Amino acid sequence: MDLGFTFLLVANGILIGLMYALIALGFVLVYKATDAINFAQGEFVMAPGIVAAVVAGAANSFWLGAAVAVAAMIGFSFLLERTVLRPLLGRPVIAVIMATIGLAAILRGTLPMLFGTSPLPLALPLGDEPIEVGSLTLQPAQVAGAAVALSALVIFTWFFRSNRGGVAMRAMADDQQAASAMGVNVTRYFAFAWAMAGVVSALGGVMWGAMLGVDVQLALVGLKVFPVVILGGLDSIGGAVLGGLIVGVVENLAAGYIDPLVGGGTKDFAPYVLMVAALLIRPYGMFGTRRIERV
Amino acid sequence: MTAGSIAGPTLVRRDDAAPAPSVLSLNNVDVVYDRVILVLKGVSLAVRPGAITALLGANGAGKSTTLKAISGVLASERGEVTKGTILFEGQRIDGRRAHEVTRLGLAQVFEGRRVFEHLTCEENLVAGGHLIADAKAVREGIERSYHYFPRLKERRRQLAGYLSGGEQQMLAIGRALMSRPRLMLLDEPSLGLAPMLVEEIFGIVSDLVARERLAALLVEQNAAATLTIAEHGYVMENGRVVLEGPADALRENPDVKEFYLGLNEIGARKSYRDVKHYRRRKRWLS
Repeated sequence: MDLGFTFLLVANGILIGLMYALIALGFVLVYKATDAINFAQGEFVMAPGIVAAVVAGAANSFWLGAAVAVAAMIGFSFLLERTVLRPLLGRPVIAVIMATIGLAAILRGTLPMLFGTSPLPLALPLGDEPIEVGSLTLQPAQVAGAAVALSALVIFTWFFRSNRGGVAMRAMADDQQAASAMGVNVTRYFAFAWAMAGVVSALGGVMWGAMLGVDVQLALVGLKVFPVVILGGLDSIGGAVLGGLIVGVVENLAAGYIDPLVGGGTKDFAPYVLMVAALLIRPYGMFGTRRIERV
Repeated sequence: MTAGSIAGPTLVRRDDAAPAPSVLSLNNVDVVYDRVILVLKGVSLAVRPGAITALLGANGAGKSTTLKAISGVLASERGEVTKGTILFEGQRIDGRRAHEVTRLGLAQVFEGRRVFEHLTCEENLVAGGHLIADAKAVREGIERSYHYFPRLKERRRQLAGYLSGGEQQMLAIGRALMSRPRLMLLDEPSLGLAPMLVEEIFGIVSDLVARERLAALLVEQNAAATLTIAEHGYVMENGRVVLEGPADALRENPDVKEFYLGLNEIGARKSYRDVKHYRRRKRWLS
């Protein structure tokens, strides 16, 4: 077996994995604070990707595109919370889940209507020169994406551990009514959680868009969120990182070693095989919150 | 309807005592759930400062609903106050949202403790001090809660979900204390606890009330223990206040003895079935 080739696959897998973790983070933030499962996470990534590409193309500035995308997602999240999610507060969780599925379809339909269906380029201001690390050759877009992902993950880990707002959000996820009796303005923190997810998703959209190009297909990366969060645990940031890394590496190894033997395609479903296995062994993920049962 | 009018002699007529300034007063409060289910019917009560007021009654009498109406969490259960007023230190608080009521200086300890299970003991206290802006004051609040409940300090890094029932109850009270309330609503703190623990917790509650210049409204089914630490008491049935009076008078009241202390005139215990039968015969609720 060629060790250099394996290394390359693993290194690429790690970079991609961190970028998966970034998207999964958006999902985890919402679940952690509001207990809602956001089935529109892929569209939450696609939409700011398209916005960034359109603005960057028109203004000829990547940074402007990225900034507008982030700002637009914050605005969108607040609006969404106010108009759709707040009225569903106190209803069964399934109502919110259904609403996000509907939202996904709406975003997938309206954005191409507004901005066209043809793929748009979104180039990072880094050049295309591959980065050489030892014997490895890495794509700059991937390295940048992984770096952005890593910083977002560190910031949010700190936030939930040490910031009082973060503690209040975790309290709210545990028991909304009790949290509100502690003075936590539940509706406001709901909106915050969605806005934070919006920011993370916008970053994900920009970084993924820079790597893959931007069109409606970008929403498909959202599908990878499920194996990532099931492996790592729905409400754990550390779990999202680990889940992302596992999915990224497994995917790359499958692409490098199994695909040539069977004619391709295993890359796309290998993470799901792991996901199903994980559900059987540790239903709450590797770092997810166990249901506490006292006896 | 006047409290106590059906149950025989009224224990205390509110108008013959000088009107003590109450921290909290409910005047003819009706609560409706889901827009149709009338749960509280004209409830009036007052909580006096610096003392424990007891709210007694059987399951489903409306005690918890009364507390939720006061603290404002009713809205999240699709209930609302449709009639009457609730005044906290002279301000109307009916219809306000829970976090606003908390900001005014009122804290609630929920039935079943409701600690944040996946937060550590200390994080629970931090969450309880959410409204305190100053980080140093939060620190002091945590120390004060540890002072009253030293066992919480030993468990500070443990997840609250893994604490024992008694420790969780202490945490729930310590957490409510964090916002420096002037009125604390306690919903069945004795629920599911061993008698010795109940005694300990009741002792700490009366200590708290005495030292922190706190008023407390204590909802309980454990009437005997409650009436020993309370100054005044109300008895609810079917969403109404049916009896009220000073705690010692309530303790001596034959109906209270019969229904809530489980004693008859000779002091012998009666079975619940007899009590129910007696109740049906007397129909003191009308």
